[in-house]
Amino acid sequence: MATPILEMKGITKEFPGVKALSNVSFQVAENEIHCLVGENGAGKSTLMKVLSGVYPHGTYTGEILFNGKEQKFGGIADSEKAGIAIIYQEMALVPEMTVYENIFLGHEIGNGTVIDWDETIKQAGDMLKRVRLDVNPATKVKDLGVGKQQLVEIAKALSKNVKLLILDEPTSALNEDDCENLFKLLRELKQHGVTCVLISHKLKEVIGIADTVTVLRDGKTICTLDAKAGEVSESILIKHMVGREINNVYPPKDHKPSNEVVLEVKNWSAYNTVLGRTILKDVNFYVKKGEVVGFAGLMGSGRTELALSIFGNPDHYRISGELFLNGKKRTFHNPQEAIDAKIAYVTEDRKTDGLILIQDVKQNITLANLHEIANNGVVDNNAEVKVATGYRGELNIKTPTIEQKVGNLSGGNQQKVSLGKWLFVKPNVLILDEPTRGIDVGAKYEIYTIMTRLVKQGMSIIMISSELLEVLGMSDRIYVLSSGRITGELPIEEATQEKIMKLATD
Amino acid sequence: MSFGANLKKVFSQNIREYGMYIALFVIMAIFAVTTKGTFISARNISNLVNQMGYIAVLAVGMMLVIVARQIDLSVGFLAGFLGAVAAIAMTQWNLPVFIVIPMILVFGILAGLLTGFMVAQLKIPAFVASMAGWLAYRGLILLVTEATGTIIIPDETFNAIGNGFIPDFGGSFLPGIHKVSLLIGIIAIVAFIYNEIRSRNKKQAYGFEVLPTEMFIMKLVIISLLVGTISWILASYQGFSWTLVIVLIVAGVYDFVANKTIIGRHIYAVGGNPEAAELSGISVSKILYLVFGSMGMLAALSGILFASRLKSATTTAGNLFEMDAIAACYIGGVSAAGGVGKIMGAIIGALVMMSLQNGMQLMGTGISLQYVIRGLVLTAAVIFDVATRNRAK
Repeated sequence: MATPILEMKGITKEFPGVKALSNVSFQVAENEIHCLVGENGAGKSTLMKVLSGVYPHGTYTGEILFNGKEQKFGGIADSEKAGIAIIYQEMALVPEMTVYENIFLGHEIGNGTVIDWDETIKQAGDMLKRVRLDVNPATKVKDLGVGKQQLVEIAKALSKNVKLLILDEPTSALNEDDCENLFKLLRELKQHGVTCVLISHKLKEVIGIADTVTVLRDGKTICTLDAKAGEVSESILIKHMVGREINNVYPPKDHKPSNEVVLEVKNWSAYNTVLGRTILKDVNFYVKKGEVVGFAGLMGSGRTELALSIFGNPDHYRISGELFLNGKKRTFHNPQEAIDAKIAYVTEDRKTDGLILIQDVKQNITLANLHEIANNGVVDNNAEVKVATGYRGELNIKTPTIEQKVGNLSGGNQQKVSLGKWLFVKPNVLILDEPTRGIDVGAKYEIYTIMTRLVKQGMSIIMISSELLEVLGMSDRIYVLSSGRITGELPIEEATQEKIMKLATD
Repeated sequence: MSFGANLKKVFSQNIREYGMYIALFVIMAIFAVTTKGTFISARNISNLVNQMGYIAVLAVGMMLVIVARQIDLSVGFLAGFLGAVAAIAMTQWNLPVFIVIPMILVFGILAGLLTGFMVAQLKIPAFVASMAGWLAYRGLILLVTEATGTIIIPDETFNAIGNGFIPDFGGSFLPGIHKVSLLIGIIAIVAFIYNEIRSRNKKQAYGFEVLPTEMFIMKLVIISLLVGTISWILASYQGFSWTLVIVLIVAGVYDFVANKTIIGRHIYAVGGNPEAAELSGISVSKILYLVFGSMGMLAALSGILFASRLKSATTTAGNLFEMDAIAACYIGGVSAAGGVGKIMGAIIGALVMMSLQNGMQLMGTGISLQYVIRGLVLTAAVIFDVATRNRAK
């Protein structure tokens, strides 16, 4: 290996209750394109945040050597000064500002007080030439396409004399031409002394561009492979990314789905008018009574959007296609109609759109079905207490009283409150979006047990999950989504982590 | 735990809620001293209650608006404008008062729904949408009073709303005392004690945390004494005014809706987390229409109370009402982040704002200084709120 420009040694980063990185080592040689791969939650983004100073020195343990010197970054400004720039999935540009304003935002050219606009525009032009972007520097960023915006981001990084450029999922929003362009540019920059770290889910892309690949899994470095020496192939990468044993953390499967189809979706496409792109394309699937159907896929594959588009479409996507519930064609105009049809959706992120954290356990549990416990619009407090106490017992929600504010509960218990809230609408189809994200092993097992109990009672469950083991352990059948399409349907007997990962990275 | 320790614990847990009562008490005590007792005389207390009516009803509506994460700046001049329309309806269109009042309330609802439409449907920020209303209603007041200037309202029934008192019965029994008012006060105390004991027993049966017995008794005694004293003071003057009755009814109804009904729950849910509310099947836009519509209706009521009190519609009616109402809400513990705030808080807040105004007027404080002091009190209230909130975290 050539001289390393970056060496991260023994990096450990803990969040309350979770070890996100455990003794990770990461080495990048000068003038190479180094890809970092791993499943969702493997620790890639955390590692890059440690490197760029988002998590400052002292909040993690371990050592960072950059350009041969030990670095103790206290913030992004420090890492930028050292020559490290990071470009996130969500762009950090100001849409209402021009290209040249954006490029020099934060390190304006001038005498310290007054900006020298002429010089700014001239230098911005030079930067744009370096990234081969042929636009007027005075164009507003919002008027550029996503691909061009990304190039502006890179130009901005170059204007700071970047030596190490980190790109987090740069191609997730790009079309093929833009991707091609971007990779050509990265190879060119390599010739000009810019080293590049690329985080990507798309393995074909990784194989095409990487000089070296490092695989992370569960917060640990699994291996570093030399792509130039031909050590890398899709199957090798997948093996390293998922290579775990299934241990017995799932309740036994002793239920049998019936043959009655409860929910069926045909030729379902959705277009997000705000983002201006198609998010679901010709999706077909069905769910049987008493069945757990797993939806696997990587982040951004359209799983949550699929759930929302079915559940009354609150984000107002433009939808085409047909939805059948118990054989009848239905259209839901808002979540209330979906709830009335006995569909429930437990959201992916309980804190932002699942629960009302400033309200107590009982208020949260009854919120979606207050009519059930009200007479003429007046809520019956006794009935409410009974309902909440019932779910507290049934789901084993650990809280001092049901008058405790939900924000004070642990993640696992919050998730149970969220589940209780949706069980109270007595659904036939329960959509669970990442049902065990961010909760501990014990609570996970409890949630799995509850799911098993529910399907035995005849409920149908759609489980969206990024955790392959969970999908394999809980599902009766699995659909895999990638870029808004269903790329495969696997009966549980045939499903393996490798097969799912291959379909998900398709 | 000893009584002292209990007191300390309950107090520190509820400091935010008790803070405004303490502030009110302190302000009243200060004015009682500085005005040599005039401030707490029966006449002035009666006057104070009538004065605060039009702000109190606005504050009640504003409380729900702020709870739902919105704001309505238009309500001051809307109140003024609708007061002028009421005056015109009676003096120029010769409509009877029992038609004018419901008509004005309906106009208020329509005006509120218009703001609601801009916010919920057109997605215009409430600040801007209601500021446009603020300007427009200001202009409309001037327009309708242009020809006449101040419109004197001759209707006795209408003017009684802001100046009259409820009738009394009982003849020569207890002379000098308004017996009906006293009776209402006593009934209120009994009902309050009964309710409190019932709800406490229920809570205990469910195993919820309740106040320790001594604290509970203390709370009952203090509040009963308070209600009793106020009833006694008012009864020894001219009794309860119609304004007070209206404020109590509005507060009672809104408190019931906010705490006991599905609609109330939905409003707090939308304020607490609009995304979660939407996904729980609550139509956020319907709730916005509702809170703005209710706000408009209460603005109309405020306009009626104010015009009735002055027995006339003036060109400057409604000036800064919205600010007093918003200030009352913040003093009453509403959270700018939404989802938190009690109707009772709005009433206490209105009482604080009006006590300041009334007390300083009695003291003869210059108008310029009055504004500065009201500003300082509001600032202090919000600093206190933020400080206790942060500590709670």
